[in-house]
Amino acid sequence: MVRFGNSIAGRDRGGAWFLGILTLIAIAVPVLNILVPPSSTFHLSAYGIALIGKYLCYGMLALALDLIWGFCGILSLGHAAFFALGGYAMGMYLMREIGPRGVYGNPILPDFMVFLNWKSLPWFWHGFNHFLFAAAMVVAVPALLALVFGWFAFRSRVTGVYFSIITQALTYALMLAFFRNNMGFGGNNGFTDFKDILGFDLHSDGTHAVLLVITAVALGASYLACRAIVDSRAGRVIRAIRDAESRTRFLGYPVESFKLWLFVFSGIIAGIAGALYVPQIGIINPSEFAPINSIEAVIWVAVGGRGTLYGAIAGAVLVNYAKTYLTGAFPEVWLYALGALFVLVTRYLPRGIIGLLPSKDKVVPKAALLGESHEESARSRQAARS
Amino acid sequence: MIRFPRGGQRFFGPLLLLGALFAAHAQSPKDANFLSTLGELREATYSGKAGIVERLGQSGHPSVRAVLTALLEERLYYRNSDQKVFIAKSADSDPLNLIDPLSLKNSGSAPAANLTQIGTNNALRRVVRMAVARFGLSSPSASVRLDAAREMLKSLDDPTVALLRERLGVERNSSVRKEIATGLALAALDSPDTKTRLAAISTLKGGLSQDVRNRLALLLDKSSDGAFIEKDENVRRAAASAVAAIDRWRTFYSGFQTLFFGLSLGSVLVLIAIGLAITFGVMGVINMAHGELMMLGAYTTYAVQLAMPGHTGISILLAIPAAFIVSGLTGIAMERTIIRHLYGRPLETLLATFGVSLILQQSVRSIFTALNRSVITPDWMSGSLRLNDAIEITYNRLYVVIFTLLVFSLILAVLKRTRVGLDIRAVSQNRAMAKAMGIRTDWVDAMTFGLGSGIAGVAGVALSQLTNVGPNLGQSYIIDSFMVVVFGGVGNLWGSLIGGMSMGIVNELLEPYAGAVLAKIFVLVALILFIQARPRGLFPQAGRAAEDK
Amino acid sequence: MKKAPVRDKRLDLRDLTVIFDGFKALNKLSLYVDPGELLCIIGPNGAGKTTMMDVITGKTRPDSGTAWFGSEIDLLRLTEPEIVNAGIGRKFQKPTVFEQLTVFENLELALAGGRSFYRTLRARITPAQQNRIDDVLEIIGLTKQRTLLARTLSHGQKQWLEIGMLLMQNPELLLVDEPVAGMTPHEIERTAELLLSLEGEHSIVVVEHDMHFVRSIARRVTVLHEGRVIAEGDMDKVQKDARVKEVYLGE
Repeated sequence: MVRFGNSIAGRDRGGAWFLGILTLIAIAVPVLNILVPPSSTFHLSAYGIALIGKYLCYGMLALALDLIWGFCGILSLGHAAFFALGGYAMGMYLMREIGPRGVYGNPILPDFMVFLNWKSLPWFWHGFNHFLFAAAMVVAVPALLALVFGWFAFRSRVTGVYFSIITQALTYALMLAFFRNNMGFGGNNGFTDFKDILGFDLHSDGTHAVLLVITAVALGASYLACRAIVDSRAGRVIRAIRDAESRTRFLGYPVESFKLWLFVFSGIIAGIAGALYVPQIGIINPSEFAPINSIEAVIWVAVGGRGTLYGAIAGAVLVNYAKTYLTGAFPEVWLYALGALFVLVTRYLPRGIIGLLPSKDKVVPKAALLGESHEESARSRQAARS
Repeated sequence: MIRFPRGGQRFFGPLLLLGALFAAHAQSPKDANFLSTLGELREATYSGKAGIVERLGQSGHPSVRAVLTALLEERLYYRNSDQKVFIAKSADSDPLNLIDPLSLKNSGSAPAANLTQIGTNNALRRVVRMAVARFGLSSPSASVRLDAAREMLKSLDDPTVALLRERLGVERNSSVRKEIATGLALAALDSPDTKTRLAAISTLKGGLSQDVRNRLALLLDKSSDGAFIEKDENVRRAAASAVAAIDRWRTFYSGFQTLFFGLSLGSVLVLIAIGLAITFGVMGVINMAHGELMMLGAYTTYAVQLAMPGHTGISILLAIPAAFIVSGLTGIAMERTIIRHLYGRPLETLLATFGVSLILQQSVRSIFTALNRSVITPDWMSGSLRLNDAIEITYNRLYVVIFTLLVFSLILAVLKRTRVGLDIRAVSQNRAMAKAMGIRTDWVDAMTFGLGSGIAGVAGVALSQLTNVGPNLGQSYIIDSFMVVVFGGVGNLWGSLIGGMSMGIVNELLEPYAGAVLAKIFVLVALILFIQARPRGLFPQAGRAAEDK
Repeated sequence: MKKAPVRDKRLDLRDLTVIFDGFKALNKLSLYVDPGELLCIIGPNGAGKTTMMDVITGKTRPDSGTAWFGSEIDLLRLTEPEIVNAGIGRKFQKPTVFEQLTVFENLELALAGGRSFYRTLRARITPAQQNRIDDVLEIIGLTKQRTLLARTLSHGQKQWLEIGMLLMQNPELLLVDEPVAGMTPHEIERTAELLLSLEGEHSIVVVEHDMHFVRSIARRVTVLHEGRVIAEGDMDKVQKDARVKEVYLGE
């Protein structure tokens, strides 16, 4: 995998910057939290860590979306469903970890089941007391949903806005289902009041700092994996599908299978992001499935700049920072701001914020297409390949 | 609804008392008698009250019905200060708005704490209901008589049967006669004469009511010692076949009723979906703000009603064009400022219009607050149409179905018969060619979008009659209506009609078995599977827009 | 089970009928192509040229008739990608190259080789493939443009790139739909040279409106009208045919 080093040094400048900043965060956050005394202005509180952790998880969701939307033209309006499923899988483990420390003190049944007068654990809750099993489910459940749903959708050549609408319906249906008490996922309230993860106290700063570092590593690894895919020949096929689907099919590529595997991979990244999100935020409930969550994630990607991977992550962090600030300072302004963001970005910033930066990367402004900068980057790409 | 300001009643109180004194002066002996009987209700035991109610019923006083109805609905009070009995307009309000039991005129209001409710229990309520019914049986209004007869069927005793038989002799109205005949037949089931019982069963056989069915089914039961209650086998056989016949008809009619509920739910979806179909069909635009345009229409209805207090009926009719204009203009503004710049990029349009939907939602929240508003339903739309004992159709649902069909035909006519419609169809089929032929495509785009959005507004008017109006109104219906569009075939009006109606019916059919949420989930899953077979919906669009991604 | 035709033709269509909503797009069309032959097909709009191409490439299924590729392969039994892999390449009327990829990458995607997601994920260009791409770049005259995004090419260059992409797969049969529509006279000349240079190595079917161009490349010409063949032969013979004059060349 020499190509990673090569590609990052050679042409993926945005990616290099992104990985640099991510490393900085992974180092600085524990330092600022643990080594800097609480009295100092530079001390980072547990709340601050959780907030940064949340942004990074959202960044991962945005990355997953950009992979399919930015590179393959598949706009999923239900991607938060995978995020939430990963989160629920992790939440089930955390609920089992509570053990007899719950309000009702039942060693096996989580509180909400005792409350509902259930006598035994539903079959799908078995195994979640083992972390490794839960971790496997974090990957398997979103992957399976993506596989089944994608298989049906792509096989019948549901594309464009049709696909978007159907994915939105998917997450909506899941939301309705998870709201039901008898589904066995805590209904309205979902899961909360977690105690610890693998024996580490979830209320301690140290655990949060470690979770954040793990999230940063996961995000970095996901980025590199996505980068590897889009830079491979498969990545070129995927972009070819985006630009001229039937032509790609005609070249003999099984377009549906490309879309399907990409969708599954994207779903897995989203699921992992959700699983990392839950222990840091401390709650998961059915509102995570709400269609608006998925659409918001799309706007992160659009704001950052789609088809760049790191742009999507930057967009997620920026928009969510603005959301944290605005919903705190001017709650009624937030929806106006979000609405305006949708309109303005699609209307005036089709390439997102990344598109504003002077760039030698793939995203080339139209006017500069024949200019030197592009030729150069293309040549370096050629060199990197041979 | 006369409401005095809070301090007002203290000021008016003495005056009212004075008025009551004058009224007492003008009483006839009949009135005085009635009033004193009424007064006895205050102290009597429940069984004592039953006797008083009987006497009130026999008094023949014109206020009997109002007073007894009030007693039945727990709206009968007496004032603690002077022990005078009053009817309250509604039991929930505080202060209570009072009505004089003799004149039935408004008699001011008083804090609930100053009044004591005259209590009832189940047994007493049954007696009161009978008394009201008996009184109603001689009413000049046929519909009151019909209600009264129905009420009396519920507890048939000898005096009731006698009363019914007496009434049958003079009754002209066929529905009332039929009801009375049913009552007499029910009573005849207890007759010792087998022939009489058989005749009664054959009379009852054509009925539909649940009560009749249950009474007949009783004939088939066995008593605790294992013997049949009904000794005669012929009667039992007749009863069994009558029960089966009634059940068959009731099942048939309940299917019919479900169908109607489905149609009315579907109508709402159709109203929303035709607007979507128009905007997508012509412009390839999925308008995510469509639900919010509908919400604007519903709020317009609310605003028009606020502006015209006391004219509920007219305000609804006026709200239709008003909502069309408000939502239509909003749509045109959206098209001119945003959508037209994103033409040919459906995914971007989807996102931009979603942004608009957020802004519209928040605007409404800022103006009207996030609370739900209820739009008053005019009298001619409330209540229900009772076709027979098995079907009852609420008027608001009925009107929504009719309204949807009207709007649908109107849109079809506009598209097929008018110049604008011709232009719209031309642009949707071949934009470049239409442009070459001198059609101002950008003008047509704006008009089309305005039309689609205006229809969303009109859908909002209809919706305001079925549910509360709130900022999230649009969201709760939009996903369903997208499903309709996908199911019916994007851009096809007939597809939207059939798609919407069938989705409504499927939803209603499944709900009793699966519950509302599972029914919805099932519909979504079924739709995803349906798309496997028909990726472009029931009626695929033939135009160029269909080829675009 | 239908028996394979006896004649050893590269492509052999017999009695193909395609009906769209009661309209016969193809009406018992029969036609053949010899190995290494360059066949030109002409005909007015709606003659069924594109439908015929759709049938050959598996996009449209005929209501009746047979279509054999060589004596072994029944085209009507294969899916679109299978037909491509069997060795039939089609160039569409409108140039469709991948605009956001470079000329080189366009050709790379057309390389023969594993098409699955997994295989392409791990694929690297071998020296032999590199040479193949260089050769094709040479043939289509785009060596200098290899690193440009395809969308920056001129119309003619895009058409050549698309032909180049077909050549990458080394197809036995090339279907070329209106290759010179919208080209400058110079580009038309270059295109004629390009197609003639491929003749012999590949069987080629060219559908074209431009009579001058057809005359410059054609050995054998087939005229379609209302879904069937009405004339066949060299250009002079076809142009003298009374029915052809009437329906197509007459005006």
